[in-house]
Amino acid sequence: MTGDRAFSDDIRAATVGESRLDACIQCGTCGGSCPSARDMDHTPRALFAMARAGLRDEVLRSNTSWMCVSCYFCAVRCPQEIHIPDVMYAIKSIATREGIVPERTARDFSRTFVDNIHRYGRSFEVGLVARHYLRHYPFRLPGMAPMGISLVTKGRMGFVPHRIRGLAGLRTILARASQLEAGDARREVTV
Amino acid sequence: MSGYLYYPGCSLAGSARAYAESLTAVLDTLGVRLREIDDWNCCGATEYLTLSPLAGYALIGRNLALAESQRNGSDTLVAPCSACYVNLAKTDRYMRESPVMREQLNGALAADGMHYTPGAVAVRHLLEVLVEDIGLEELERHVTRPLTGLRVAPYLGCLVSRPDYDRRWARREQPLELDRLVAALGAEVVDFPLRTACCGGHMTQISPDTGFELIRRLVEAADRGGADLLVTVCPMCQMNLDAYQGEMNHHFGTDYRLPILFFTQLIGLAFNLDASTLGIGSEVVSARDALARIGVEVPTVEGEPAPPRRAKRSQELPMPAPLAEGDR
Amino acid sequence: MTRAGRGAAAPAEPRVGVYVCHCGTNIAGMVDVEAVRDWAAERLGPHGVVVARDYPFMCSSLGQELIEQDVREQGLNRVVVAACSPHMHEKTFRGACERAGLNPYLCELVSIREQASWVHTDRDAATAKSKAIVAGGVLRVREHAPLEPLRVPINEATLVVGGGIAGITAALEIADAGFPVHLVERQPSIGGHMAQFDKTFPTLDCAACILTPRMVTAGTHPNITLHTWSEVTEVSGYVGNFTVKVLHRPRYVDTDLCTGCGICEEKCPARVVDPVFEAGIGYRKAVYRPFPQAVPKFPVLDPESCIFFQRGTCKACEKLCPTHAIRLDQQPEEVTLQVGNIVLATGFESFDARRVEPYGYGRLANVFTSLEFERMSNASGPTGGRIVLRDGVTQPQTVGIVHCVGSRDRNFNAYCSAICCMQSMKFAHLVREHTDATVYEFYIDIRAAGKGFDEFYQRVQDEGTIFVRGRVAEVTDVLHLPEEAKHDGQLIIQVEDTLVGRQRRIPVDMVILSVGLEPQPDAEEVARRFGITCSSEGWVIERHPKLDPVATMTEGVFAAGCALGPRDIPTSVATGSAAAARIIGRIQQREMALEPIRATVDTERCSGCRICNDLCPYSAIEFDEARAVAEVNPALCQGCGVCVAACPAGAISGTGFSDAQILGQIEGILMSTNGTGGSPATEPERAVPA
Repeated sequence: MTGDRAFSDDIRAATVGESRLDACIQCGTCGGSCPSARDMDHTPRALFAMARAGLRDEVLRSNTSWMCVSCYFCAVRCPQEIHIPDVMYAIKSIATREGIVPERTARDFSRTFVDNIHRYGRSFEVGLVARHYLRHYPFRLPGMAPMGISLVTKGRMGFVPHRIRGLAGLRTILARASQLEAGDARREVTV
Repeated sequence: MSGYLYYPGCSLAGSARAYAESLTAVLDTLGVRLREIDDWNCCGATEYLTLSPLAGYALIGRNLALAESQRNGSDTLVAPCSACYVNLAKTDRYMRESPVMREQLNGALAADGMHYTPGAVAVRHLLEVLVEDIGLEELERHVTRPLTGLRVAPYLGCLVSRPDYDRRWARREQPLELDRLVAALGAEVVDFPLRTACCGGHMTQISPDTGFELIRRLVEAADRGGADLLVTVCPMCQMNLDAYQGEMNHHFGTDYRLPILFFTQLIGLAFNLDASTLGIGSEVVSARDALARIGVEVPTVEGEPAPPRRAKRSQELPMPAPLAEGDR
Repeated sequence: MTRAGRGAAAPAEPRVGVYVCHCGTNIAGMVDVEAVRDWAAERLGPHGVVVARDYPFMCSSLGQELIEQDVREQGLNRVVVAACSPHMHEKTFRGACERAGLNPYLCELVSIREQASWVHTDRDAATAKSKAIVAGGVLRVREHAPLEPLRVPINEATLVVGGGIAGITAALEIADAGFPVHLVERQPSIGGHMAQFDKTFPTLDCAACILTPRMVTAGTHPNITLHTWSEVTEVSGYVGNFTVKVLHRPRYVDTDLCTGCGICEEKCPARVVDPVFEAGIGYRKAVYRPFPQAVPKFPVLDPESCIFFQRGTCKACEKLCPTHAIRLDQQPEEVTLQVGNIVLATGFESFDARRVEPYGYGRLANVFTSLEFERMSNASGPTGGRIVLRDGVTQPQTVGIVHCVGSRDRNFNAYCSAICCMQSMKFAHLVREHTDATVYEFYIDIRAAGKGFDEFYQRVQDEGTIFVRGRVAEVTDVLHLPEEAKHDGQLIIQVEDTLVGRQRRIPVDMVILSVGLEPQPDAEEVARRFGITCSSEGWVIERHPKLDPVATMTEGVFAAGCALGPRDIPTSVATGSAAAARIIGRIQQREMALEPIRATVDTERCSGCRICNDLCPYSAIEFDEARAVAEVNPALCQGCGVCVAACPAGAISGTGFSDAQILGQIEGILMSTNGTGGSPATEPERAVPA
């Protein structure tokens, strides 16, 4: 461990916007507000305390940030105006960068989603849900069939994905952003 | 009016086609022009930001850059999907606030010869446009079939009044704008305290048990309030509550059948537009029984209710008055 | 340019002494004081500096003696001390000069602590800046002229604004010392918030039992004039000689005839919710006394709720009053008072709990505020002291008390309201005393740092109150079924129990929100009226937060109680007494010396444009119609300099801030600290306004 502060500095650097993580007073408003708290192995408050204690590994291996649904209840209620969902994104992105996968289902869903964007420039709902459920909830899939059929017969599921015209340009933008992000991360680490 | 720039988002081109159709029909009736941004891309929902925040914002930034270049006199970008709305609004805001963000995102956009000037377009949710710009009076003026007798739970979901970094919403947890809109259509508003609770978002995908629980709470609360149907302003909420309602019932052994409509469908019905132009019928949980209640003769109400007798010095303690607008 | 500034009174050749203070390490830690001293001796020699010294603590007796000695032995006629802010020690060094026979206004204190060492982290830069500041002081003090302080008489009467416990205390102390007091209160009765309470923490004294004797004494004291149902509308004048206008709102009652029998109140048919004294959970009549022990005993009639005023008929009170004291045609009345000093004891307003949406106050019936609960637990309150739900009947089986509502929350007020922890624990005690209910306290931190406070915390714990460490996330009546089905009709408190690290949903019958304290909504307006300053939140700013905690920056205006910030009853009383003591001391002096820093008009140059008349914030400039020139009343002038800067003819100058002095100081500051600038050979050109 490179000292208690190093990890929370990393999180701050990876947060888009201002994290204000240092201002946390451990009141638990976030953990009390969170609709998915019951799925989290640590409440957001506890996760922030761990981050400040420099428990890098445990924070990155926690499923907490992956269970965040971005409902922003914590963000608007936090008495210290900490940008909690943005901190959650930051923790997930650090874990992703370091190849740590605490929550395969959530990670895979994000990946499948992102993958579709890279292929088409748009989200492709049929492909997304089918691929995701087939992989993670194969036993649920038959149970979901009536719903799927219903969506299809009601014209709510297209089987042909829409590809945007500017897809090549979009890919270069995303590639440039990823480069910038990686460069940014390296710079922050060496500082 | 040179109209609004319009970012439909992926769902409106797919599973939420009913939303797209109904909002088009309603805005046509109101004489409001929408110009869809040409060749827009997915906003990435929360998933892109999860894996790679900067690329996620660049993805959103491309849409803003397209909007700016296609502005042509319109400076408001309207998004009907709450997730798209919050992503677009947040990216614009962060670029306004942070010179670093501005530089990095425009650096990425420059790879395809694009650029966005923060603040070039004002990002608004469709609900805000209808309530603030067009106004309830104007909506009321077009109501030719008041939805009398229809009990509606108004459900806003998370991302319209929250995070609200620009502090445009007087109430972020119990806003009453959608309630007022529903009332303006002549429907009866069901007291629905979960109006901004979470629909589960992607939890149906990554932790179905929790997702179903969040769906159940909403459906149960609307049912308890006596709602005939629930209206949403977001395709994600509609999908979760409508398409997953059966699975949720299966999971809990319940038998709720709460129709979930888009608020624009309800407006269209009150404007007496043809149900088929509003995408009615594409909902998984059928709205037939609920909609049978309108358009038919108004059922006789049990006479004029007698004026309440001046309570004989009840022991009840008075309640505080509700917070007035602008009290904060 | 001020003729007086360089006139005959100024000695021919300035001989300046410069004294650089180390202030221990406060200054010397960041500023090279020896370098500043040497630089002053060398570079400022041509500007009249004949001696430059440094010393660890200039303010010590030995430091002061150093100055006195040099004045006597070296014939100094100007002194510059480079030390702390003039707010701290200007008096000290002026005193040293005076003792040595030098006019005290020939001494200039420049700050190299607040303006240099404390605000910089670069030693070289801080040292360079200190040199500039010292040079500014030297070139300024050269232009000083001897001045004599203004002496003003002190009017014996005092105005106390606000009749809560702080204001009552201040009024009684001053009145007991034999001086007249005008006590102005906005409400129909004095007593303030304390009169609403049942018990006081941590001793659980009955609030009424300890407050009402004070109220009665204040009401009957021969030296106290009560102005209730009244407001101060205008303040003019200056310390010792304020003129105050007080508006008496019509009570619609002739207080000469009223006996306070209460028949009008009893017979009045209009019954309305009382949002003030009963905190919205009780009722009053249109003509009413807020509570039985009200002082004065006379009722007031509220036209907003009076049937006669609203609909033109009724007059039950007028018909039935045995002494014919009802006056429905009474008009507001303005009285003008002359006072020497003012105490602002304007108190606080409770935070509006409706603003915290997730707690559901105003939406969920059984969510109460702390003030509502105070009234409920009060034996003379709307429920006669019964702890009940909003239905007025049902006793709660479970009560949750929520701390920090509107406090320690950047969305509302970032500060701690100081009293809520203790107030909340008092509530827990009272609920346990009156009912068998289970009580939860939801807190972020327990702040019980007062005499007997922590002991009270332990007592409440011993009584069985359950403490849950976590800030409540939301209060809801939406149940999670089926597991919460048995809690139908109850409220659920959703919170992270941070000591367990889990989200919990705790069913309760009643929620009490311990709301924070806020400044009065019109605090800023009041501050403007009395010429004082408020913090960004709206609390009165003290002259010094530690050493002068009840004085304001405006001479003669003091503050006490919660107008200064959230505080409990003992501290409110203590500040009330402190303000009184300060004022009594002043009155006994009979007169007071004022700084002779004043503006004067050169009537030869005055064009009579009257620009200064409108600008003067102290209304100190009068216009002599006959001669068509402006004149400054030196007693009213505070020396702010607005008129000096504004006068297009350059006809106004200030003693203590003449053009020569200001320009001298600027020139000194701009003097290059390492080059050759500021050469004495070139007498700098000074801009003289045309």
